[in-house]
Amino acid sequence: MGEVSLIDVSKRFTLRIDGGGQTVQALDRLSFTVHDGEIVALIGPSGCGKTTALRIAMGLETASGGRVIVDGMQVNGCGHDRGMVFQHAELLPWLTALQNVEFGLEMKGVRGQALRDTATRYLTLVGLGDSCNRRPYQLSGGMQQRVGIARALAIDPKVLLMDEPFGALDAQTRETLQGELLEIHKRTKKTILFVTHDLDEAVLLADRVVVMQHGRLQEIVTVPLSRPRDDLAKIRGSDDFAQTRYHIWQALHAGGATVH
Amino acid sequence: MVDIADRRAATGEVPAAAAARRRVPRWVVTVAALVVLLAFWEYFGRDINPIFGSYPSAIFAAFIELVRNGKLVTALLQSIQPFIVGYGMAIVVGVPLGLVIGRFWVAEAALGILVTGGYAMPLVALVPLLVLWFGLGFTVKCAVIFLMSIFPICINTWLGVKSVPKTLIEVGKSLVASDAVILRRIVLPATLPYIMAGIRLAVGRAVVGMVIAEFFTTINGLGAIIITSANNFDTATMFVPIIVLMVLAVGLNSLIGWLERIVAPWQAEIAGRDQN
Repeated sequence: MGEVSLIDVSKRFTLRIDGGGQTVQALDRLSFTVHDGEIVALIGPSGCGKTTALRIAMGLETASGGRVIVDGMQVNGCGHDRGMVFQHAELLPWLTALQNVEFGLEMKGVRGQALRDTATRYLTLVGLGDSCNRRPYQLSGGMQQRVGIARALAIDPKVLLMDEPFGALDAQTRETLQGELLEIHKRTKKTILFVTHDLDEAVLLADRVVVMQHGRLQEIVTVPLSRPRDDLAKIRGSDDFAQTRYHIWQALHAGGATVH
Repeated sequence: MVDIADRRAATGEVPAAAAARRRVPRWVVTVAALVVLLAFWEYFGRDINPIFGSYPSAIFAAFIELVRNGKLVTALLQSIQPFIVGYGMAIVVGVPLGLVIGRFWVAEAALGILVTGGYAMPLVALVPLLVLWFGLGFTVKCAVIFLMSIFPICINTWLGVKSVPKTLIEVGKSLVASDAVILRRIVLPATLPYIMAGIRLAVGRAVVGMVIAEFFTTINGLGAIIITSANNFDTATMFVPIIVLMVLAVGLNSLIGWLERIVAPWQAEIAGRDQN
């Protein structure tokens, strides 16, 4: 199981500007549910609160109001039931790829041979079976993010939370990794909630797309594309893809803002 | 797809290429600069009254004499023992203290001002008091060297902790690591380059502290050679321990730099700094 619900989640914080304080409503009673095994994309213009929502779901930030429920349990801080993939991978630079994956497992209490075996298995899953001993600076951006995904998957979380996971990569690498994520999803059936600002990516990967505007839910768009989505190039050229993409585009612009 | 990634990793290895492009090795430039300096000093130094100044060949002759009669080796051994104890203790105490101050706001609020103030403390003025506490012997020398070198180590470690990227700590939090684990396995390694820089900065202060201690407590060691030869207007001999100390500090500095590349090899790679 792996079902995540955000219920009336709000977030306010105070910005200090030239001595004065300005209260910002980053999230305003945001509610939506990601069902077990589903991929949901959070999309919206920058500053709309999509990353804040993800960080609250992870437990890295606390909500000013509302709650997050994972499989019936209320989220209170970070937990091994959720795995986070950061925008810039954020590998520990003094550890090898393998050690980075092992680090997460150690925190879960895995020891001994199981530690090495599990870490190796997940690195192989993301296609880095023979780069185990490289350090982050010896890996390209795409490879680093693969290690980041392996680190999050290795602890076997119920839900994978991803913060613009492919946003910092070049177009070609991004497409490759999008395909690989779908492949990983097909094999592991993990629930995935990811933040993106890329319309194509949202439609291509997600079952449903949560469109946000000024901290509020604008619309939830269901993507009519069936799984497995193996031929991504063909999907990109399909009518369903174009229509869903246009629908989301309209939803984004209905709020009066443009996508940055 | 792995091909693309591999090729990019290969072209990412820039530092080695930058070093190869530079034709003259770094040490050649350093040696040349030293030779020019010494040549000027030798040429103009000879015209100065030997009480008011000296010049390299005279200093070298005095050096040979001090080595021959064994005074230099004895003095060096006397000086180096409190140096090792005081400087070593400063590292052992200063690094954990800096980590704690940087990581926990209560410690920062309580101890931060003391450390910042302590760095500027006019230690020479406090030596008489330290003598009352610790006597004139070995202990007070260690104390002076310790107090001189702990602050740069502690402050640098503290600053290093402050500059650890927030996201790296969040990686630990997201994996449910405890505060202690985050401190030991994320903050400490990420701070290592700053700690090493602090330890390097402290070398100079520890050497100064050592000589101050030898001037104001039991007069022995290299400081004693400086004082006695200055009192005898033997300026050339006076320069010998001064230069020995400077060479010692430079040597220790590069030793620590070498150590840094061993314990924190990723730092040079990230910064793109070249290695020779």
